Amino acid sequence: MGMGGAGALPRRRLSTAGGKGQGRVVPGFRLSLGITLFYAAIIICLPLATLILVGARLGPADYWAVVSSPRALASYRVTLGAAALATMFNTVYGFALAWVLVRYEFPGRRVLDAIVDLPFALPTAVAGVALTAIFAKNGWFGEPLGALGIKVAYTPIGIALAMAFTSLPFIVRTLQPVMEELDGEIEEAARTLGAGTVTIFFRVVLPILVPALLAGVSLAFARCLGEFGAVIFIAGNQPYSTEITALLAFIRIEEYDYPAAAAIATVMLGTAFVLLVVTNAVQALARRHELAP
Amino acid sequence: MSQASPPLAGAAGRGWSRPVVIGIVLLVTALVIGAPVAAVFVQALSQGVGYALDSLAQPDTRAAIWLSITVAIVVVPINTVFGIAAAWAIAKFRFPGRKLLLAIVELPFSVSPIVAGISYLFVYGGQGLFGPFLEAHDLKIMFALPGIILATTFVTAPFVARELIPLMQLQGNGDEEVAATLGAHGWQTFFRVTLPNIRWGLLYGVVLCNARVLGEFGAVSIVSGNIRGETNTLPLHVELLYHDYNAAGAFAAALVLTLVALLTLFVKTILERVTGSAGALHGS
Repeated sequence: MGMGGAGALPRRRLSTAGGKGQGRVVPGFRLSLGITLFYAAIIICLPLATLILVGARLGPADYWAVVSSPRALASYRVTLGAAALATMFNTVYGFALAWVLVRYEFPGRRVLDAIVDLPFALPTAVAGVALTAIFAKNGWFGEPLGALGIKVAYTPIGIALAMAFTSLPFIVRTLQPVMEELDGEIEEAARTLGAGTVTIFFRVVLPILVPALLAGVSLAFARCLGEFGAVIFIAGNQPYSTEITALLAFIRIEEYDYPAAAAIATVMLGTAFVLLVVTNAVQALARRHELAP
Repeated sequence: MSQASPPLAGAAGRGWSRPVVIGIVLLVTALVIGAPVAAVFVQALSQGVGYALDSLAQPDTRAAIWLSITVAIVVVPINTVFGIAAAWAIAKFRFPGRKLLLAIVELPFSVSPIVAGISYLFVYGGQGLFGPFLEAHDLKIMFALPGIILATTFVTAPFVARELIPLMQLQGNGDEEVAATLGAHGWQTFFRVTLPNIRWGLLYGVVLCNARVLGEFGAVSIVSGNIRGETNTLPLHVELLYHDYNAAGAFAAALVLTLVALLTLFVKTILERVTGSAGALHGS
């Protein structure tokens, strides 16, 4: 974090002043901070604060009635369940993908590395219609899966699939830099001491990667909970069975039931805050591990 | 990623496991990421290239494309200026509340686009905080272009700042201090010293921001009002055509967005090669 580096020569107090303007050589503190604070207040804080205010104005009894209604509870179950399934899939697949990118040289590695970011670059609505086309009854994968009796589109599995698609890069991109730092020496040492490949992986490699993996997992999970565009096309959107929480909030807006929409949206916002705190804690832990090799 | 360092010959890199692991990963990637993209191309061109071009030339689709471009032209510069300002303040100075400000700047990444859209509705909507004031002055923000711009600005706010903050911290203040000592004033220092130093990182953030602006769906679907040919952005238009059972038209519009996404990845890869930076999309 320290930007001291070359600038922290002991000649003067450089660019560390809190706004008194003395001893600051780098210009533009007031202007840049002014723009940032103005923007943060108007664009970021005002809307979220208003949402919380509208939710709070509901009163505890009404608020509780909305957020604990059977339909809302069912939507939490659907969302959390699908997000958990998607994150589990991405934990295994994302780990393997990052591992292959860092450890192996093979034709197409660069292309594969670029493709990992596609779910970030592709609009979620496009991902949604494309996945639905593939997994619909007569789609490329939907038809053979249907013959096996597996339905994906318009089921919770479809929701999980859409979530997995959009959140994959979080796990890969969080693991990749840590894997790159992990040189083969520790593994060689373990091998010299007589450990087998499986032992080395589970007792040596995995423990080093766990903090980064957890950070990626919590980022991906948070993204799954908030996903909307990719999910609504493939979800079927039936109340109580395939309706995610974001869609329920959307429907309440369409019905002009603004208080209910506000209450549900605050539940989503609160969950996002909690996951943000968890992610930061895990990342701080990961950083501490990096410092003590 | 770091193309300089060859992949490590680690313990797991020997014997049969290597080709099997690579094969499985490539297969799953082809199924999970490759197939949806291929499906967009196949579906869009299923009735021929002419049909796809015709459906893109429909007035409503053209209007949606223009609206999306308009939103990008407004939002990307706003978030670029904000990103530079935020990175300058946060990376080059120490002040009380700096970490809190950093957290606030990154907050939109953690908030569901639906929550963002609903929040904006409560500020600028008819029954919202400024609703009566806006109505009295005959100003329309919700279900119109300004609302779409505001909600998109929120969702894409952190992109430029998040690329620049680590970069500026890494570079330190040395160059700017030298410039100032030699008598350069603020803007000279910025345009002749800082900007050349951060240009690739800045471009990277701008490209990612642009892709996300063009693709934003959830927040915009709350604030746009979905008026055909007027407040429908291209992703919303994909949904509209899709639910109209005009699959070929929907996928033709989706193909335009897919091509933008592929172009974004291409530019991003080139930029990574130029800067030799690691490939984390959010330069962690």
